[in-house]
Amino acid sequence: MAFIKRSFLQIVPTLFILTLIVFGLVYVAGDPVVSMLPENATQEDRAVLEEALGLNEPFYVQYVNYIKDLVTGNFGQSLQYQEPALDLVMERFPATLVLSLMALGVAIVISIPLGIFAALKRNTVLDFLISGVSIVGKAMPNYWIGIMLILFFAVIIPIFPVSGAESPIHFVLPAVTLGVALAAEITRLIRGSVLEVIEQDFVQTARSKGQKETIVILRHVFLNSLIPAVTIIGLQFPQLIGGAIVVETVFSWPGVGRLLLSSIETGDMAVVQAIVFIIALITIVANLLTDAVYRILDPRIKYK
Amino acid sequence: MSEPLLSVNNLVIQFPARDKDKITVVHDVSFHVNQGEVVAIVGESGSGKSMTSLAIMGLLKSEGEVASGAIHFQGRNLLALPKNERRKINGKDMTMIFQEPMSSLNPMLRIKTQIAEALKIHHPDISKKAIQEKSIDLLRQVEINNAEAVANRFPHQLSGGMRQRVMIAIAIANEPQLLIADEPTTALDVTIQKQILSLIKNLNRKNEMGVVFITHDLSVVADIADRVLVMRQGKIVEEATVFELFDNPQHPYTIRLLKAMPTLETDTDTIDSLMDDPAQLERLEDGPFQTISDTHFVRKKAGADDEG
Amino acid sequence: MSKNSPITKTFTKIRNFTSPLGLIGSITVTIIVLLAIFAPWIVPHDPFAIDATKRLIPPFWVDGGSTTYLLGTDHVGRDILSRLIYGGRVSLLVGLFSVIISGVIGLLLGLLAGYLGGTWVDHVLMRVVDAILAIPTLLLVLVAIVVFEPGLITLIVVIGLTSWPQYTRLVRGEVLSVKQREFVQLAYTLGAPHTYLIRRHILPNVVSSFIVVATIGIASAILTESSLSFLGLGVQPPDITWGGMLNDGRNYIATSWWIATFPGLAITITVLAITFVGDWFRDVLDPRLKQGGEGNE
Repeated sequence: MAFIKRSFLQIVPTLFILTLIVFGLVYVAGDPVVSMLPENATQEDRAVLEEALGLNEPFYVQYVNYIKDLVTGNFGQSLQYQEPALDLVMERFPATLVLSLMALGVAIVISIPLGIFAALKRNTVLDFLISGVSIVGKAMPNYWIGIMLILFFAVIIPIFPVSGAESPIHFVLPAVTLGVALAAEITRLIRGSVLEVIEQDFVQTARSKGQKETIVILRHVFLNSLIPAVTIIGLQFPQLIGGAIVVETVFSWPGVGRLLLSSIETGDMAVVQAIVFIIALITIVANLLTDAVYRILDPRIKYK
Repeated sequence: MSEPLLSVNNLVIQFPARDKDKITVVHDVSFHVNQGEVVAIVGESGSGKSMTSLAIMGLLKSEGEVASGAIHFQGRNLLALPKNERRKINGKDMTMIFQEPMSSLNPMLRIKTQIAEALKIHHPDISKKAIQEKSIDLLRQVEINNAEAVANRFPHQLSGGMRQRVMIAIAIANEPQLLIADEPTTALDVTIQKQILSLIKNLNRKNEMGVVFITHDLSVVADIADRVLVMRQGKIVEEATVFELFDNPQHPYTIRLLKAMPTLETDTDTIDSLMDDPAQLERLEDGPFQTISDTHFVRKKAGADDEG
Repeated sequence: MSKNSPITKTFTKIRNFTSPLGLIGSITVTIIVLLAIFAPWIVPHDPFAIDATKRLIPPFWVDGGSTTYLLGTDHVGRDILSRLIYGGRVSLLVGLFSVIISGVIGLLLGLLAGYLGGTWVDHVLMRVVDAILAIPTLLLVLVAIVVFEPGLITLIVVIGLTSWPQYTRLVRGEVLSVKQREFVQLAYTLGAPHTYLIRRHILPNVVSSFIVVATIGIASAILTESSLSFLGLGVQPPDITWGGMLNDGRNYIATSWWIATFPGLAITITVLAITFVGDWFRDVLDPRLKQGGEGNE
């Protein structure tokens, strides 16, 4: 119960500030009226339209109206498609979410064993190699990784298709592209976390019980090193979705990224707002989930 | 006399150093522990006492290594055993408890899970019911009253003294022949210290369990040990029964340790001043063992008798 | 600046600490900066000159390449090497100036929030920080680009205005912990004015961690800039950016791999070099940051 209350206290102000930023930007951007009217529209036509849309009201009135609309799920009409903005976004959003989650999966699958391995073999050639690769991985722009993967695995050795999302094989390159950079980050994290845990006394206790080293590592070291790791993985989620937007353009992935770019180019603010809002919402949900997982993992928190 | 439970012969432990030769942290240490006997190893931090105990358990951190010497336990040379065989001894015939009860239990697992782990490793076929009964019984053996409730708790919900009891319960789960206790009472306050000490002593008597008791505090030794080894800078400088050691200490370092005991009300700076004098250090360190009695040996240079 | 000022000491510390990676990093950064500054005098060819007869020439070590165009030419016959050298200018400018903007904002707000820790000002500021951190930086920048015309200044300002929250959070945390220390408490009870406390006690203690994070901030600003330029929303042609070059090369990846490969390498090397410098600063100035925040229980 306290958890729900706390989460609520966290979400509401965040959403408030978020809507303020997004709405403020649109307000500053000027009226979308210009792009809705034909070239030869008169001043009066404009005034009528502004009146109808409530654009001549003061900022706070407009903002309150905007919030009212949001609460009822009305993000406005897309100028480009003449469809409700929210529908457009929700249509494409699953593809982006799937891509992000798969990238997260790829990242976890790569980074957990590497991170543990690097920590166990600390200061060996292997450790330097893994750490080195993860530092370089973090420095590479993800869309470039995508292009290089296309070069190697679609052009030089044609194994994977370059674009689209029709079948599972289409998922491989985009998910790996997006996952690699994240994997670099998580590997470093797991390594540090494992190194910290492995020095602790209870690991020696497990060994003194005669436990096998693999089980000592998995059950005692890894389990405990997950706690800090989970938090940081959760914090990576906004950047993951941000990365997805760029990677989608490289692979012509039918997600929200391309919709966002075309909406930006045509000044389709309703769609842009809807996208920003949904992504921020997803991020907040991801943070709450992270928090919940953290609580489930760490018994010390529940009883505090 | 039958063969001792544990015998350590000429043990040398080294750590790699950056650009020089390896650093030797334990020099040529030999001692033995008989069945049912409590042997205390006394020394300050850095004297090599913990390293010695970790070497016996095979738990030296990867950097440290036994350079030479032998450790025999129940007639088997532990250092020559393959890893798998070596592991089967840990937790079953030989166990260990550590200094910090706060951190020596896994914070993410319930007490019962951690006790069960110790049982399961060495009895893979044991039933759930048997584990539960045995766990509760173990907690009762270490004088925990509400054993059922404690079994379901997490470590952070217990006090330091309770945790150390749990650690002992885990250690004695498989009725070991030898318990190595590395400063098990140092982190606890005085009343709890006494309780834990008497608990270990009782278990030692009841189960005929040999104990290696590591401490920096001679006053603890008087309560629990049969024999005492005094270690300094990686070497054993004096070995004696408790009675002999307190009655007739030979090595100047031992004398200073005794004087430093709070009950004797001498000023505690003496140890520090000893450390400051390289000439004295030199005199203390090397030299052959001299026999004072059948059970009393001291490492001393000839002509250093009147020191102190 | 006086010889004993904390900031001077900080830099002395950096100088006296050697690390191979830090050295490689700083040498590389220096080279990239020099190339960018002296680009017009260094480039072997005019980076803007279009020549249809020189299209898609591969690098010199590949069949058909020539040493005239060391790294080959792009789809309209421009020299890749010359364009790479020019492209560094935008990246470095955006990286440096956007971090100056976000750093100053973040530092001031962080000092404010930390100094007024626990008051409503602090709460409101931290909520704002949370809200902004909940949105992907790239997304924020993209939205802002809709409002302002894409271009160098826009990019600097927008990246600057969207990436301050991390500095605020860092500085606030530092201030809160410094405030608890005895010497600050003492100065406060002795009636030292606030500005004096901030300048004399709090600021010098915050500087170390701030420099470290800001250095890494330059690297991430460069990555953001290149992403935007890649998407066509950053600095516009004919100005040269590495991201833009990558975007050009994307469509030719199947036939002319070098167009997209070299700008990516340039970005990676630059970001890597700056990261090394940042890590080096961290090791010298603030060993506490070494773990990267994990395990702070």
